[in-house]
Amino acid sequence: MSTDVATGITYWLRRLGGTVTGVVAQLGYVARFLVAVLWHTPDAFRRIHLTLREIYFSGVLSLVIILMSGLFVGMVLSLQGYETLKRYGADEQLGILVALALVRELGPVLAGLLFASRAGSAITAEIGLMKTTEQLAAMEMMAVDPLARVVAPRFWGGVISMPLLAALFSACGIFGGYIVGVKLIGIDAGAFWGQMKAGVNVWPDVTNGIIKSLVFGAAVSLIAVFEGYEAKPTAEGVATATTRTVVISSLTILALDFVMTVFMFRGANVG
Amino acid sequence: MSPPAKPTPSRAAEPIAAWRVDPEVVAVELVDVSFSYDVRPVLKGITMTIPRGKIVAIMGGSGCGKTTILRLIGGQLRPQSGQVRVGGQSVPDLEPEALYDLRRKYGMLFQFGALFTDMSVFENIAFPMREHTELPEELIRDLVLMKLQAVGLRGAAHLMPAELSGGMARRVALARAIALDPMLVLYDEPFAGLDPISLGVIGQLIRRLNDALSITSIVVTHDVYESLKIVDYLYFVSEGRIVASGTPGEVRASADPFVRQFVNGAPDGPVPFHYPAASYREELLADVD
Repeated sequence: MSTDVATGITYWLRRLGGTVTGVVAQLGYVARFLVAVLWHTPDAFRRIHLTLREIYFSGVLSLVIILMSGLFVGMVLSLQGYETLKRYGADEQLGILVALALVRELGPVLAGLLFASRAGSAITAEIGLMKTTEQLAAMEMMAVDPLARVVAPRFWGGVISMPLLAALFSACGIFGGYIVGVKLIGIDAGAFWGQMKAGVNVWPDVTNGIIKSLVFGAAVSLIAVFEGYEAKPTAEGVATATTRTVVISSLTILALDFVMTVFMFRGANVG
Repeated sequence: MSPPAKPTPSRAAEPIAAWRVDPEVVAVELVDVSFSYDVRPVLKGITMTIPRGKIVAIMGGSGCGKTTILRLIGGQLRPQSGQVRVGGQSVPDLEPEALYDLRRKYGMLFQFGALFTDMSVFENIAFPMREHTELPEELIRDLVLMKLQAVGLRGAAHLMPAELSGGMARRVALARAIALDPMLVLYDEPFAGLDPISLGVIGQLIRRLNDALSITSIVVTHDVYESLKIVDYLYFVSEGRIVASGTPGEVRASADPFVRQFVNGAPDGPVPFHYPAASYREELLADVD
């Protein structure tokens, strides 16, 4: 009996250890992959047309969903914020609420989530399919490194696009907030903009928002190219990799956002 | 043709530029090569030599390790034991840079062409030229058209890969494989899934290009009739071992049971019809819990 218990405990300990070492090994593998991609950064910029093409695919083609979402988020934020602020007679503060919420949090986070599902999934599927149809192997056999030719431009395309998309998301959101707050509800336009100007600072608010969106862009792009590159070369493998990109990117964005918010804004406001 | 010379391990690496000079010299040799994926052994002590300027077929059933041999020669895989030498250089020991230098002298035709789907036929063939040379645009254009003319598809230069039939895609891939005038061309199942006409066309192209450009060709295939028409020498691989080899004439006349089964396409023989399993009788009569 006691030997059974002992075997059971050993089994679970072994499984726990296996999982932990597995996760650590995977993280190390991703880190090595990142170093390899960064190593090929000069290639991505020497042949700038490749990177520009990726900025077009992941940035420009994501504009519609980003701008529309930003507009609606800003409008809803304005409606909900007004309801609450009115109770305390602070409805003129609406501008600052909308702007801070967007610039600090919603812009980078929501744009990041949308970017992961719109562009990240496309990058993973494209690289995964190139692998499945042996295009990556063909490139290697032609003495062209797919990391330099395929992966690095897509990674940098994402890193560059993401902050711009987040900025546009916030700008559109603020515009949406303005339409609802000023044009629909009737808050004084001067108060709306004036409060915003007084309450939102370039540092820490805007700068930290940009830093966040840069980090999210790098995280999503890395996950997307990694999952595509390491996808199993089957239809099922590409499907799984695409799903993993969206799920892992989204969770990573939310977790990173929490960690960064703790460091960025705690000292500035709470302390 | 006499069987290829016995592999003579030579330590001195000869310059690859000398490949074409002496057709009697070996271009590729594998000495006692073993390879396994994780724990599953794929190749068990393969020894083969591929003379320069010749077309050598590696034949065998699906999953017998044929493609693995190509990957070893291409340096995409490393053998667990044994030697893989191309032009006197030991491929597994090459640094990445040297391996890429070697691969510039390779052309490879993948099973389904592996054309870049986001580029036109023209751009696909121009790709290796643009990547590895500084040639002016006009010269690249002329070279691409010449390669396309060689495979009879000059009129299809503007098409996208999705618009090509299987046989045409294979020919475009062949034109891309010879874009940089390689010294060694590797063909991975060049005949798979083609109609009889395309099949004949590809077969003839492999022979003609090999002779016209003094290439050494390695054809991995299970299409025995087409191979017997065009190749100089055949190796038969089964379960990770070379079970037979010979010139097309020798193969046709061979009494070897494996070769006979393979050439005649007999369902049962040295290669059994049944996957290894427990006794049929016992399995049917077994109690089901």
